[in-house]
This record gives sequence, C-alpha cells and structure tokens, in this order.
Amino acid sequence: MAVDTTTRTKLRWGLLDVIVVVFALVPVLWIASLSFKTPATLTDGRFWPREWTLDNYRSIFATDQFVRALVNSIGIALIATAIAVVLGAMAAYAISRLDFPGKRLLVGVSLLIAMFPQVSLVSPLFEIERQLGLFDTWPGLILPYITFALPLAIYTLSAFFKQIPWDLEKAAKMDGATQGQAFRRVIAPLAAPGLFTTAILVFIFCWNDFLFAITLTSTERARTVPVALSFFTGESQFEDPTGAICAAAVVITIPIILFVLFFQRRIVSGLTSGAVKG
Amino acid sequence: MADIVLDKVSKRFPDGTAAVRDVDLEIADGEFVILVGPSGCGKSTTLNMIAGLEDISSGELRIGGQRVNDKAPRDRDIAMVFQSYALYPNMTVRENMAFPLRLAKLDKQTIDSKVEEAAKVLELTSLLDRKPANLSGGQRQRVAMGRAIVRQPKAFLMDEPLSNLDAKLRVQMRTVVSRLQKQLGTTTVYVTHDQTEAMTLGDRVVIMRGGAIQQVGPPQELYDHPRNLFVAGFIGSPSMNFLHAAVEDGKLRTALGDVPIGERIRRQLEGADAPRELILGVRPEHFEDAELVDDDTRRRGMEFTAPVDIVESMGSDKYVYFTVDGQRASAAELEELAADAGADFSGGGASLVTRLSAESSVREGEDRRVWFNLEKIHLFDPSTGHNLTLHEGRSGGALAD
Repeated sequence: MAVDTTTRTKLRWGLLDVIVVVFALVPVLWIASLSFKTPATLTDGRFWPREWTLDNYRSIFATDQFVRALVNSIGIALIATAIAVVLGAMAAYAISRLDFPGKRLLVGVSLLIAMFPQVSLVSPLFEIERQLGLFDTWPGLILPYITFALPLAIYTLSAFFKQIPWDLEKAAKMDGATQGQAFRRVIAPLAAPGLFTTAILVFIFCWNDFLFAITLTSTERARTVPVALSFFTGESQFEDPTGAICAAAVVITIPIILFVLFFQRRIVSGLTSGAVKG
Repeated sequence: MADIVLDKVSKRFPDGTAAVRDVDLEIADGEFVILVGPSGCGKSTTLNMIAGLEDISSGELRIGGQRVNDKAPRDRDIAMVFQSYALYPNMTVRENMAFPLRLAKLDKQTIDSKVEEAAKVLELTSLLDRKPANLSGGQRQRVAMGRAIVRQPKAFLMDEPLSNLDAKLRVQMRTVVSRLQKQLGTTTVYVTHDQTEAMTLGDRVVIMRGGAIQQVGPPQELYDHPRNLFVAGFIGSPSMNFLHAAVEDGKLRTALGDVPIGERIRRQLEGADAPRELILGVRPEHFEDAELVDDDTRRRGMEFTAPVDIVESMGSDKYVYFTVDGQRASAAELEELAADAGADFSGGGASLVTRLSAESSVREGEDRRVWFNLEKIHLFDPSTGHNLTLHEGRSGGALAD
C-alpha cells in the first residue's frame, strides 16, 4: 500500500500547489483579461472577455510617454543592477574571505541600511538631489537604488562565497594565479549562480520601485514605468484609462519574466560538487 | 628541483599563539620528507609556510638557495596537493591539469602534450574530458596529483593527500605516490598524521609536537632509537608499552620484575638531581613466548609471568594482551598521545600488548610465562621525556655500559 499512500500524498501536495498558484495568479490574470476588453465591456465582471481588442495596447504604445518610461526603467534598472552586483561581489568576497578591522561594523551598517525605512529618506534625498542637480536624472535614481540594493547583494553573495571551499583559492594560487586571477577564473565562475540570483533580486527591486521614482522625478527624462502608469489618463477627461493601465501593467511584467527565465537556467545548484570531498 | 631550507622558522598568530617554533630543517634536492605529528602540532602550518599560503613570523625559508619569505606562492614554483583535492569543479580533468600551464602562458601544443603525458603516468587518459563531480575519490586524488606534476615544479607539497580515501585505496595510492616521487626525483614534503604513511613513504621523517621538531631521521632510526617518550609512543603500531619503573638499589622495580641496568645508565642515575622514577618502554615485538625462546636468546632478556587477557591471531603472529599490576606510567607526552588517539593509551599499568610468534600455544585466561629482550628496552625520564638509553643517537638497551 506504500505506493498508494505516496500517490495520495502527491495528489494532496499537488492540489495545495494549484490552490497557491491560482490564488497568486488570479489578480494577474484579471489584469490581463481587463487589458483585452473594450471600454464598453470593461465593467461587465466577466473573467473571460466577450469582445477581444488590442486597442489598449495600441494606445499605450501610441503615446511617447509610455515608451519613454519603459526605456528609462530598463536603463536605470540594468545599470543599477550591474553596479550593485559588481560592488556587492567585491564586498562580499572581502567579508567572507578576509579578516580586516571593521568587518563586523561594515556588515552591521549594511544591515542597518537594509532595514532603514525608505520613506523617511525621501524628503532629504529630494532636497539633496535638487541641490546637486541630480533631480529628475538617471543617476538620481540609480544612486539610491544601488544604496538600497547593496546590502541585499552583499548578504546574498557572501552566503554564496562562504560555500565555495577556500582550498580552491589556495590551489589556484599554488597553480600560479594572482589574487585577481584566482577570483576571476576560479571563484567567480563558481559563484555565478549567486551572482545571477542577486542580479534578479536587485533588478526586481529597482524595476518595482515606486516611492523613489515618484519623488525624485518630475518629467519624462527619468520617470520610470510604475510612475508613468499612475500618470495615465484617457484621451479626454471623460475617458476611462483602466484598459490602458492594465495593458501597461501587463507589458511591464514581461521584462521581469524574461529576465527571470533567462537567468534561472544559469542558477544550477550543485555547481561546486566534485571540488572537494564532502 | 631544489633543496628547501627552513632556518629557525616560526609562526605566531595575531592572538599570540605560537603554531610553529624555531623549526630548523634542511631538505635535500630530490628528498622525500614526511612531517608527522598529532593534530595541532604545526605540521600543516609549516607546510603552508613553505607554500607561501601563510606568512612566516620569523626565521628564513630558502628554496634552491634563494630566500623566498616574501615571495607569493606563484613565484616559488612549487606545487601542492590538498587534502580536499581542491579540483576546479567547473573545469574538466584536462582543464584542471592544464590550468597551471595556461597561467604560465605556455602555447597550446605544449600544454596538450604535457597534460597527455601526465595523464598517461597517472592513468587518467580516458577521464580527461570528465568533470570532477563524475569521478571517484581515487580518481579525483589522481587528478590532484596530475595537476601538481604537470608543470614540473621545484618541489611538491602534499597535505594529507590520502586521508580522504578508504583504507584499501590508501594503501594502493601510497605506492603510487612513492613510485611517482622516485620516478620524478622531485623534492617532496608530505604532511600526514598517519604514522604508517610516515614510516613507509619517506626518506626521512620529521616528528613534530606543539610546533617544535622532536626528532628527524630515517623511519627505522626513529623506530629503533627514539630520542624521547613522545617519538617512542607516536611511532609504531601497536604502540610501545610504557611501564612505571622505580629506581632502587641499582635496579628498576617494575611490574615485569626487577630490571637490571648497565653501568652507563647507573652513572646517569647517580646524580643528586637524577630522577628516582623512570618510564620503561618495550615494543610489542620484543616480547616472546618463553617456551619458544632458545637458551642463547634467553640470556639477553628476562622473563615474567602474567595472566593472558585477550589473544588476537593475525595469522603471521599473535597479538597477546596481558594484565599486569603496578602503577600506571604517567607523563605529559603520554597524555597528549592518548588524547590524540582519542582513547586511553595502551601503555600504562593496566594492559601490556605483546606480539608473539604464531606458533605460541597461548590461550586466553591462563597465566603465561613471557620473555622480553633487555637489549631493546628504553628508559625515559618522566619529567623531560628524554630517552636515557640513548647514547650518541643509538639506543643500547638497559644493560649497555
């Protein structure tokens, strides 16, 4: 009867999984459904649109506003991610490998930054950036994003670096590598899953941010998609922009999905297996 | 190829502990030297200092006549085999072995031919395109060796390279290492905590304890002429028996009876500050069933009777454990050895290990008459651990004059 119980357990777990997935996906599917509805049928309360239309999508791409925001979002998020991951990797490597004075302090402070309520920093940041001329520019958003993404990156990466056997680095040094070569050719390839995981987390953080984006931008120069979405209006004030907002919401989730799918394949666990006898 | 000279090399950690103290050691070109000792004796630290993975606090390290204290590992031109093997998991066997050559910026053809050659020596040719994860423990070990030999370094350093293998494979790999070293004739420093490896592999063995060298010499010399209690107890399996011996009327009162002592030792014991109590050391194979000893041999030793505790027949000979009365031998060295073995030390008052001929008819439970060789016994000063029977580096037994 052992087989029977396992199938039953599997079924039970499967059902539970389905419930969780449905629960999480219903709002997303609802948005997607709304984005395909015509203005007339928008409020009919049906999950499946009666009349399908692509007008909503056409309308968002017809205006420069959304495309421009999309470019800003992609650019800012990618740059912030790249810088945060590179800096985070260096810091995490130092934290996991070296014993330097002030190490605990560094870890503590980075944790402090991660826990700091962002909303309390918004007004001072606004003032500072206006003084420095960073207000409403790409660097004006990239800098705070890096600040808040770095602790996350350092924590995730140092966990990954700690898993890599130190003997590998010693072996590389004995084989004639400099410290830099040992890091680039031996440690970094092994930490790749960690780097990709961190990149995904940081990218999602930057991509989804609304608070900084709405406070530190004022025009299309640096406005990102989540903010642009909130500024959507219909073509006339009597027109309801719901359909367009839904279409835009669907569009901005696509890069995230692509990004995750692309990097997910590289997050293979067990990459270090075989290095040392476990 | 080069000689390695350690000149008063010491290692102190920032917290003040001294891991290695004033180690003087000259390793000749092409020599195979084993560093052995219990865990924490500083052998690995010494190896890491030779490798350049640890800084040298004081003293001088010369490789090939050149001071290398401040040189990075990659500038010392020595290869190391790690206990964990430390293979690069993202590279194939071929890439692993080619890695040091690629870093040395050799051209592709030379690299290929050198890797093929090393692979042939270690019988790795069919595995060259596999990743380390798909190799067995023994194969990984050979890849680690291959990576070391491929670039023909001045010296090999090996940090317990066989300790992760199972017992059978370890014996096999031991001969592989030995043959390889003879073939290549490269200076080799080998760290191990396994005294069998130490005895079988090296030209010379360095026994370390608490960061200091206890004795350096060929394995047989360490076995026959241990300089102190620690060396005597560390080398040999089963280890030497240690018994308490009281000095009385020019004789030693022990659990095995009164042991006569020769003129030279008597003189040593006459001084005012001479120890009144000694530790008597006898190796298991220097006992024999009294029935099997001929008259000529009998004269060179003495006999005692003791109850037989356990008989272990090994086929070629018998390990017989006797229970003897008397005080337990106690010294700091013995306690340390016991702690390292993770169990009570077999020397001491309670039990005596002997190795008797297979022909012996000894049975468990009976009282048996046993002979032991007086020319082969050692006497140690419990406070200093020094071997009193040693004269000009040779041990002459208790009767020597």
